[in-house]
Amino acid sequence: MARITRRRFLQYSGAGMAGILAAHRAPVFAQANTVHILRWNDFVPAADKVLREVFAPEVQKALGIKLNVETVNANDIPARATSAIQSGNGPDILMLLNNYPHLYSSAAVDVGAIADEVGKAQGGIYDANAQLNRVGGKWVAMPWSVVPALIVYRKSWFEEVGAKEFPKTWQAYHEVGKKLKAAKRPIGQTLGNTFGDAPTFTYPLLWSFGGQEVDAKGKVVLDSKETLESVRFMTQFWKDAHDEGGLAWDDSNNNRAFLSGDISASLNGASIYVAALNGADKFKTEKGAPMHTDCLHAPLPAGPKGQHGYHTAFNHMVMKYSKNTKGAIEFLRWAHRKENYEKWFTVQKGFAVGPTREWEKHPMWNNDPVMKPFQTAPQLQKRLMGYAGEPNQKAAESWNKYIVTVMYASAAGGKMKPEEAVKWAAGELGKIYTGS
Amino acid sequence: MNEAIAVSGGRTRVSRLTRLLESEKVLAAALLAPGVIILAVFIAYPFVMAIWFSLTSIRVGDAGQFVGLDNFSKAIHDTIFQQAFKNTVFYTFWATIFKLALGMWLALLLNRHFRFKRIVRASMLLPFIIPTVLSAFAWRWMFDPTFSVMNWALYHGGMITDRLPFLSSGDWAMWCAVAVNTWRGMPFFAITLLAGLQTISPDLHEAAALDGANAWHRFWHVTWPLLLPVTLVVVVFSVIQTFSDFQLIYVLTGGGPANSTHLIATYAYQIGVGSGLLGEGAALSLFMFPVLFMVVWVQLRYLKRMENG
Repeated sequence: MARITRRRFLQYSGAGMAGILAAHRAPVFAQANTVHILRWNDFVPAADKVLREVFAPEVQKALGIKLNVETVNANDIPARATSAIQSGNGPDILMLLNNYPHLYSSAAVDVGAIADEVGKAQGGIYDANAQLNRVGGKWVAMPWSVVPALIVYRKSWFEEVGAKEFPKTWQAYHEVGKKLKAAKRPIGQTLGNTFGDAPTFTYPLLWSFGGQEVDAKGKVVLDSKETLESVRFMTQFWKDAHDEGGLAWDDSNNNRAFLSGDISASLNGASIYVAALNGADKFKTEKGAPMHTDCLHAPLPAGPKGQHGYHTAFNHMVMKYSKNTKGAIEFLRWAHRKENYEKWFTVQKGFAVGPTREWEKHPMWNNDPVMKPFQTAPQLQKRLMGYAGEPNQKAAESWNKYIVTVMYASAAGGKMKPEEAVKWAAGELGKIYTGS
Repeated sequence: MNEAIAVSGGRTRVSRLTRLLESEKVLAAALLAPGVIILAVFIAYPFVMAIWFSLTSIRVGDAGQFVGLDNFSKAIHDTIFQQAFKNTVFYTFWATIFKLALGMWLALLLNRHFRFKRIVRASMLLPFIIPTVLSAFAWRWMFDPTFSVMNWALYHGGMITDRLPFLSSGDWAMWCAVAVNTWRGMPFFAITLLAGLQTISPDLHEAAALDGANAWHRFWHVTWPLLLPVTLVVVVFSVIQTFSDFQLIYVLTGGGPANSTHLIATYAYQIGVGSGLLGEGAALSLFMFPVLFMVVWVQLRYLKRMENG
């Protein structure tokens, strides 16, 4: 065997490095068609398993793409996105919630071609999801799924206080809630600084009373009698019907409180029901029956100005800095094909629904009547943050500062009078929208 | 033969280097260089960048433009920032007072002779050793609005009839945060003050006792003056760490309820990272700098005067 001297080794390695630097590209063995995708730790762990154990080998076989799936806590995604975009180095595809595509639009590759294909083939992308992902007419991210937020409630407890069906209006819900709290079975709702369950409750509440952040021209109109009426209602509703510890809850407290039998109802994705279903031996009613048999779902009630809901959107952005944008786009196109997407969709069991109407027709919806309300829930999403303006960067800033949620929390917790809370929130919105 | 030449060449190289390092200036520069480079790369560069960011409208993915002091002006008029600033001062003040008082008390106790002294001293450091995120999660569970073990114990002990709003009331939540910070930071005070106590000669206490000084007088006129330099250094460190605290509040309350526990650091993160407004986030975080600079400057001057006096 030929002996390699230190001098010879340095000569060879130096020449190799010089070649790599001159060519501005990695050696052939490092140029594999790899796509790195960053997503959240799915509340349905089986869905992450599908990505790793089904999608990864299948897309390798079909397109030669090596899929690298990385998952983190949803709250940590903005930090990862910021560092990746600023340093120009990171995952090829970022999963972004809600209107974050507007925040990072300058770092995105246009995915309009996929959106058009998927929309045409699958009955059209929901309008709300299109708005969240289109900036200046360009598709800056591709809608992947929607996690509807509906109220999960204990059927027998509602019946015991005379509610044979879920209340249709906020006033009716208030009356039922009073009786439930008197029976030590309050409603559980977070009004804390948390990204999911709090704003998905407070924004629809505001809209259903006729309140809105801005008008179509972007002028702040939050300080209105409709908004004030909604805050007054919520303040009384909170005291009469809610577990007041909800001011400190994050997005998981209501799951634990519901499953332990401490609360009678809560706005949530289907995760409470899915946990009760999967842990039928563990989560029981006071009569010993599996808790999932006593659970039903309903949309948020209607207010004087209509019925609204907000459902969390999950989107995929192909990053401009990626060295493999072609592979990333090809992967997304492949993943959205019906035969592939279905594998991910079915393990969700309705917790997350598709971004197009096509998925409302899937036979999975016939499996469990309790999950039926999730089938068409995205249709109820007629408004987005920043209504009646665009769900743009300013709307994202307001959302991230929890201004609407804090308005309700301040009044409900007694920190401010309803009038003061509305004026405070309108003032904060004014600084965001007009800088004054 | 060849080996002899190599050795001779090596000696030549070594001797040149040795001769170069014999110059005090070169040696000083060589010894200081690693530290200076580390400070420049990891402290000075981010600090200068933060100042530059704070003067621009930079967002994530958009370099922005120079906007002068607009970001600072916006922050001053931002009521959430005003509250976060007040919260930070309140949190730092009370946590430092409690850490100092309890740390001193603990140090005095541990300075005595008792069985298992070493085990007790080592175990006292546990809150300081455990990662903050982990201990903050444990405290969050203990303060949980629904499942708080403290509420459970107090309720079943017949001491309360309704749950205490540990984290669901703004005032309570802030005091809870102060309590957790005190729990975590107290060992640092105790162990440092204990080190200071052990440098005080027992003869001084004996002499004072012979002169008829009681325990309080011995502490106030002997221990405290001799311990003051160490105490001031510990307080400076603690104020810096507490004023810029992030992890504890981020995990314990997320700044809620209704922004009642936001600190400057958590709010700056929410704006800079959560909303992508890097310029505004940098400006918010820079509000910490003059306050901390003043604290350090005043205390170090005081310390220097004491040394000279």
